[in-house]
Amino acid sequence: MKKIEIITRPHKLDEVKDALTKLGIKGLSVSEIKGFGRQRGHKEVYRGAEYQVDFVPKVRIEVVVEDDLVRGVLEEVQKVARTGKVGDGKIFVSPIEEVVRIRTGETGESAI
Amino acid sequence: MNAADNAFILVSAALVMFMTPGLALFYAGLVRSKNVLGTIMQSFIMLGLVSVIWAVVGYSLAFGTDIGGVIGGLNFSFLNGVGMDVVNSPASNLPHMTFMIFQCMFAVITPALITGAFAERMKFGAFMVFAILWVILVYCPMAHWVWGGGWMGEMGALDFAGGAVVHMSSGAAALAAALCLGPRKGYGKEPIIPHNLPMTVTGAAILWFGWFGFNAGSALAADGLAASAFVATHMAAAAAALSWIVVEWMHHGKPTTLGAASGVLAGLVAITPAAGFVGPMSAIIIGLAAGVICYLGVLLKSKLGYDDSLDVVGIHGIGGTWGAFATGLFASVGAEGLFFGNPAQLWIQVVSIVATWLFCFIMSYALFKIVDAIIGLRVDPESEESGLDVSEHSETGYQL
Repeated sequence: MKKIEIITRPHKLDEVKDALTKLGIKGLSVSEIKGFGRQRGHKEVYRGAEYQVDFVPKVRIEVVVEDDLVRGVLEEVQKVARTGKVGDGKIFVSPIEEVVRIRTGETGESAI
Repeated sequence: MNAADNAFILVSAALVMFMTPGLALFYAGLVRSKNVLGTIMQSFIMLGLVSVIWAVVGYSLAFGTDIGGVIGGLNFSFLNGVGMDVVNSPASNLPHMTFMIFQCMFAVITPALITGAFAERMKFGAFMVFAILWVILVYCPMAHWVWGGGWMGEMGALDFAGGAVVHMSSGAAALAAALCLGPRKGYGKEPIIPHNLPMTVTGAAILWFGWFGFNAGSALAADGLAASAFVATHMAAAAAALSWIVVEWMHHGKPTTLGAASGVLAGLVAITPAAGFVGPMSAIIIGLAAGVICYLGVLLKSKLGYDDSLDVVGIHGIGGTWGAFATGLFASVGAEGLFFGNPAQLWIQVVSIVATWLFCFIMSYALFKIVDAIIGLRVDPESEESGLDVSEHSETGYQL
């Protein structure tokens, strides 16, 4: 099992969610986050004075999937979330040791 | 007494009253959210404090019997002799009370303007003491000099609605404030960004609206001069909004909302001394120049390194100065300026500008130092960090 964290633009959330649903992913979590990448944030100007705003709003989508779905998720998300401009985000993949469904006590892939 | 004039000036007084809460919103949007109430309070409470001072002694010092061209006597103190008819009234068409309350609203907004310079760091109590002293010792003499039969008006200085009395005086006091209080904690190191620009634009719109009472009402009659001042006021504000955003568009690549609102204010300030003396086309030129001059005036702050938080010096000080100077250039209605064959007027305007700046700056600086020595001007660093709303008033503006 793998956890996939997708950091993307807020307006791409729906497209990414639809793509994941089509791949058969049944659950995901979304959080609103702020951060910056290599490019930093953006500049704001108030009465001629410039301010660097480092943290720009993004969304983080977290899903846990079976190993054989990972490749498909990476491909589909890149397809829908890419604009080609700076700030498209990142995808992180990490191993998951155990999953427990609290209601039934199921564990492993059947609990995803 | 003229009933139409009376009705118009009472409505104008109400319009000018609305400028102070408008100014409160304008300033409050420009500070960080932890200071939104403290900033509103500094303007709003002037409606209480200055109105009472005005009735007790202020009106008399400004418009009482002239003493040596410097100050009014105490003959109208406690509003003695300020009645419902025209007896003693400086305007023979208006009840004395109408004239008094119209002038009261000008006295209210002027110290409120200064608060933009020391926003986010001044003790409320110290500000109240300063405001009492400033209104009595700076505003009232200035009003007397220009409108109350004092030396500046006698010299022939043109100041239709308060370029010197309201804007240069508050601008000079703002400079003194910025120098006496020092910059805000973190100024120049961390971004100090406006927390609610829609609030600022709402405030600017209310100011624009109220300014019609301020300038057109200064005709003191419901006549053609009031119409002319109204039109000049509107045209200058409109032109300055445009020129400000064009300059910043060229300089920074984008036209900003704050720029449009600031431009409006710059235009309104600049046209104030000229409003009743210029035609609409001159007003547009004064406004166009005001947008550019005040934009540069605001940039000057970072060059010189003082922290005039909300640009009172850049907009009211420099805008008022440009307006007083421009009156000497463009006056053509009821007086002539340089471009209409009277270079002497420009010289009179320059004298009035220099005198206003010197008097208001020196007096304000001294008053800030005195208040600082007695009770301290500035909140302690921890209160400044937590914001004036909680530390000075035990309130917060937003429960989100």
